[in-house]
Amino acid sequence: MSELLKVDNVSMIFGGLRAVSNLSMHIDDGELVGLIGPNGAGKTTAFNMITGVYTPSEGEVYFNGTKSSGMKSYQVTQLGMARTFQNIRLFSELSVIDNVKIAYNMHVSYSFLDAIIRDKKYLDEEDMITEKALALLKIFHLEDKAYETAKNLPYGEQRRLEIARALATEPKLLLLDEPAAGMNPQETHELMEMIRWIRDEFKLSILLIEHDMGLVMGVCERIYVLEYGMLIAEGNPEEIKTNKRVIEAYLGEEVMN
Amino acid sequence: MNSLRKFDFAALGACVLFFAVVQGLIFAEIIGPFWELNIILICINIILAVSLNLINGYTGQFSIGHAGFMAVGAYTGAVITVKLGLPFELALVVATICAGILGFLIGLPTLRLDGDYLAIATLGLGEIIRICILNIDYVGGASGLMGIPRFTNFAYVFWIMIFVIFFIKNFKNSAPGRCCLAIRENEIAADTMGINTTKYKVMAFALGASFAGTAGCLFSHYFFLAHPASFTFMRSFDILTMVVLGGLGSMTGSITGAILLTFISAYLSDFPEWRMIIYSITMIVLMLRRPQGLFGNKELANFMLKLGGKK
Repeated sequence: MSELLKVDNVSMIFGGLRAVSNLSMHIDDGELVGLIGPNGAGKTTAFNMITGVYTPSEGEVYFNGTKSSGMKSYQVTQLGMARTFQNIRLFSELSVIDNVKIAYNMHVSYSFLDAIIRDKKYLDEEDMITEKALALLKIFHLEDKAYETAKNLPYGEQRRLEIARALATEPKLLLLDEPAAGMNPQETHELMEMIRWIRDEFKLSILLIEHDMGLVMGVCERIYVLEYGMLIAEGNPEEIKTNKRVIEAYLGEEVMN
Repeated sequence: MNSLRKFDFAALGACVLFFAVVQGLIFAEIIGPFWELNIILICINIILAVSLNLINGYTGQFSIGHAGFMAVGAYTGAVITVKLGLPFELALVVATICAGILGFLIGLPTLRLDGDYLAIATLGLGEIIRICILNIDYVGGASGLMGIPRFTNFAYVFWIMIFVIFFIKNFKNSAPGRCCLAIRENEIAADTMGINTTKYKVMAFALGASFAGTAGCLFSHYFFLAHPASFTFMRSFDILTMVVLGGLGSMTGSITGAILLTFISAYLSDFPEWRMIIYSITMIVLMLRRPQGLFGNKELANFMLKLGGKK
């Protein structure tokens, strides 16, 4: 298995605060990796460094052999990384299908002029995009709502739409920031199945931040644990469950019994 | 899917019919010079409103310096026909390109700002353009550039207006247009969709500016003169009022707003002091009763589809 993402000794410093300190991690092709830690441990900061929202103060990030740290976040997306947000960020006034269509913009080959005069190339490609978007929405059981305004969807469907939209950019690595936030146990269970299914179906790697231990332990193959910006443990769910430092820092008694 | 094209051709057919009727009425002198002037003004205002809607409504960048780009177009066009004696068609093209280039140059630094700051910057830029022109003696300075031949007629404004409307409509329904909408909705999310937000913001701004230049060129070639006083920030607000009245993000709205406000101005031309009062009352009532504008961000086509029961 080849290495898809390599985070090499990165730190993020905000003034006097070391939000993330000397973090190194890697994700291989097709892996499902979790990133956990108590509140304020620097998980989202780490996410933002990987996706190009922040440039790391120290260290470098490599994606698929290319140095991605220092790139703008749209360039990182073009390399093949897609993410969702902790607080949902949809294009809320647009229709569900338009949300997905926007994500295909990178793969459009017709020119500006083609679009203005609406030639065959434009019409064909628009048809193709619409078809692809509908097919993707169907997978996420949103096809009946394709022409509804995104903000009118219930919460769980908005989450699904955000994942669908991220997948439409055709990524190699999908980063999910607390996908189960605000979901009930039933929905979380469904999400768990879905995440695993997405990985197999779309043949990509997934990195997820999550607070819900059931979800993380149930779905991830490898887990990184952050505390105060530092990596304190790495391993498979069994190893993490029994790791003393992790239990002290985070999991507490819940896992002990 | 040929339905898109069919719809376009049907719309174009309707335009030809409408044009024939109005042109016929003008020839038959049923529409007198006063209303002919107003019809031409409506067309120019529609070009301005629709192009501002591209910036403010679709891309969500609040610009209020549209009169500045209009002035650039008006003066560039006039210099080409009056000073250089070249044909009007060329003047239109050069005016469009010049305003577009200026929009591009101004857009690059200012579009890094957002919200109120961008509004203030564009307002200032509009005024800077006007004051620069005021101090260039070559184009007549404060007394304006006079003796511009009247090249603009109904046929020119009408078909250029139709061109601009189709251009912007098709732009909106393409991948770059959707990128602009995404930026309006959520810039951070747009970024993570692989959209180069600066590029599309500048693109929309430059396009909007260039069409304002076209409108300016048509304007100066109808009223025989280009005068700095025609391009104050009051005109920028006029255009903005049309767009907001119709509904930010709705092209149907911008067109309706432009028609409605031009008619109001025409009827009130005998009482110019009442015009601004009626404007402001309209705006206040609108903001209280319907803050999203007459059409919100919907198009007429959306309503028609709903009536037809289709999805």
